Amino acid sequence: MAKELIRLENISKAFGDNLVLDNFNLTVNENEFITLLGPSGCGKTTTLRIVGGFETPDSGKVIFEGRDITQVPPNKRHINTVFQKYALFPHMSIEENIAFGLKVSKKSDAYIKDKVKYALKLVNLEGYEKRKIDSLSGGQQQRIAMARAIVNEPKVLLLDEPLGALDLKLRQEMQYELIRLKNELGITFIYVTHDQEEALTMSDKVVVMNDGRIQQMGSPEEIYNEPENAFVADFIGDSNIVDGIMVQDRVVKICGTIFDCVDEGFGKNKPVDVVIRPEDIILSKPGKGIMDGEVIHNVFIGVHYEMEVLAGGFEWLVQSTKSFPVGSKVSMRVDPDNIQIMHKPKSHDEEAIALDV
Amino acid sequence: MYKRKLLASPFMVMILIGTIIPLCAIGYYGLTDELGGFTFENLLAIFEPDHLKALELSLILAAVSTIICFLIAYPLGLILRDSKLGEKGFIIFIFIIPMWMNFLLRTMAWQTMLERNGLFNSLMDFMGIPFVEIMNTPYAVVLGMVYDFLPFMVLPIYNVLSKMDKSVIEAAYDLGASKLKVLSKVILPLSVPGIVSGVTMVFVPSLTTFVISNMLGGGKINLIGNIIEQEFTVTNNWNLGAGLSLVMMIFIVISMAFIAKFDKNGEGGLL
Repeated sequence: MAKELIRLENISKAFGDNLVLDNFNLTVNENEFITLLGPSGCGKTTTLRIVGGFETPDSGKVIFEGRDITQVPPNKRHINTVFQKYALFPHMSIEENIAFGLKVSKKSDAYIKDKVKYALKLVNLEGYEKRKIDSLSGGQQQRIAMARAIVNEPKVLLLDEPLGALDLKLRQEMQYELIRLKNELGITFIYVTHDQEEALTMSDKVVVMNDGRIQQMGSPEEIYNEPENAFVADFIGDSNIVDGIMVQDRVVKICGTIFDCVDEGFGKNKPVDVVIRPEDIILSKPGKGIMDGEVIHNVFIGVHYEMEVLAGGFEWLVQSTKSFPVGSKVSMRVDPDNIQIMHKPKSHDEEAIALDV
Repeated sequence: MYKRKLLASPFMVMILIGTIIPLCAIGYYGLTDELGGFTFENLLAIFEPDHLKALELSLILAAVSTIICFLIAYPLGLILRDSKLGEKGFIIFIFIIPMWMNFLLRTMAWQTMLERNGLFNSLMDFMGIPFVEIMNTPYAVVLGMVYDFLPFMVLPIYNVLSKMDKSVIEAAYDLGASKLKVLSKVILPLSVPGIVSGVTMVFVPSLTTFVISNMLGGGKINLIGNIIEQEFTVTNNWNLGAGLSLVMMIFIVISMAFIAKFDKNGEGGLL
């Protein structure tokens, strides 16, 4: 059983009239890589800033190792942050930057020197002690920002979109670096991003947020394969979200065609939302599948072809390594496992279901 | 390109008439005697005891005014930095209003307030505090300098503080620094360019002023500016006046170069 480290209890926070966090609850365990994922303005950064102590919630509590730290200022918390724009001290050398936290806590010179060396080694920038900040590339500055935070041996490292400013290749490299660091250090990472790929690649647990509420929380696989509502399905990866009627258990009618599925317990003839991932749609010659249609669009995007198929009055996004030219008649089939059925939101309010966790 | 350069011609004419020609004239008068012969005597005249005394007093008063301006402006800049947009605009407005008024008028206002039967002493009297002679002392001159030049310290400091990346300061707190440590290790070093600008813009005019010392010093406070002014207007010795002006210029250039050494980013300062 994982040990609880941080607990956010009924946190609400508004900036002016704008309610950013609405009765938000979250538990973070020790040695966990947890990612807060959501579009901009969903409250993920505010959540991180509340944990870091840079914002005080309007109501609710932050519990850290069983102690209420809601009113504790950031310099008294055993938590360190890697900021979005690195926030390195431009007037200090790399060594001075990394040593800042240790100097403030009055560690001995020898200890500081050792630690700085160790931290630089950890981020693969050995021998950079005397260099100037502005002589570094974005990726290197990012590593220094990491080193500056972890050298203080925090219990929790907060990362606010730390890879946002890097180019794609470097970003992917840094993702693996981060996983390696996390495993070597054995501390908790709370990571904020709007990039779903980043979230899925690195996290033990993903928290999908929107409008200040948790939409879904779970392992990357759970989030991707079993989205709980249309928002999550739409936000994570590409997806076809269509109206369907749950005829009975294990049978759903989509665009007038009956599909087998594996979901039960929705009742009879209930309207539902159906999510089908584009890579789960299998195309074949007409008559061989369940629903016939016509390819109306086809783009090659590297790994596969991305096609749009008009079938049953809906434009289906289909990803396949096999190309069907525009205008050709095709037939579609989906494995029952890959059809994800979700309740229709009853009202706008319930579109964002607050999950108690 | 050519046409655009033409647009700058009014400015070039201004520079020529207002800066380059007078500078040449000062150079010419400063390095010649009454008969037009070349000499260094006007420059060396700074070492005469009267002149040295005036220079020393000028330096002290300018330094004191600059320090006081800094001590007022920096905390104000910090307060402004953290205040909301509306309050910010209001406070800056308050500081700028006096700048809209002629600087002679402002100084004159202090003259009437500080004089023997002026507002200040009436107020002191009313509160039962014994009579204080402020008028015609160095204190009055410093007061005038601080009052007149304070906005020039406030604006560059406010500018650099308000543009400072907030996350850098948050990072310092995040790493465990106390408020005082954050101020001394991060905010202060990063605001050096603004401080240099402000110091320059207060120190240089304070060093060379003669109006403030005339009006609030009542002729008793002789600054180097007063001496130069008197050479031109009273003694009519243009050569000596220009020579001393040249010395002052060299003095200012050297002190600015000295200050600029602290300004690693080269954002502020006149040089």
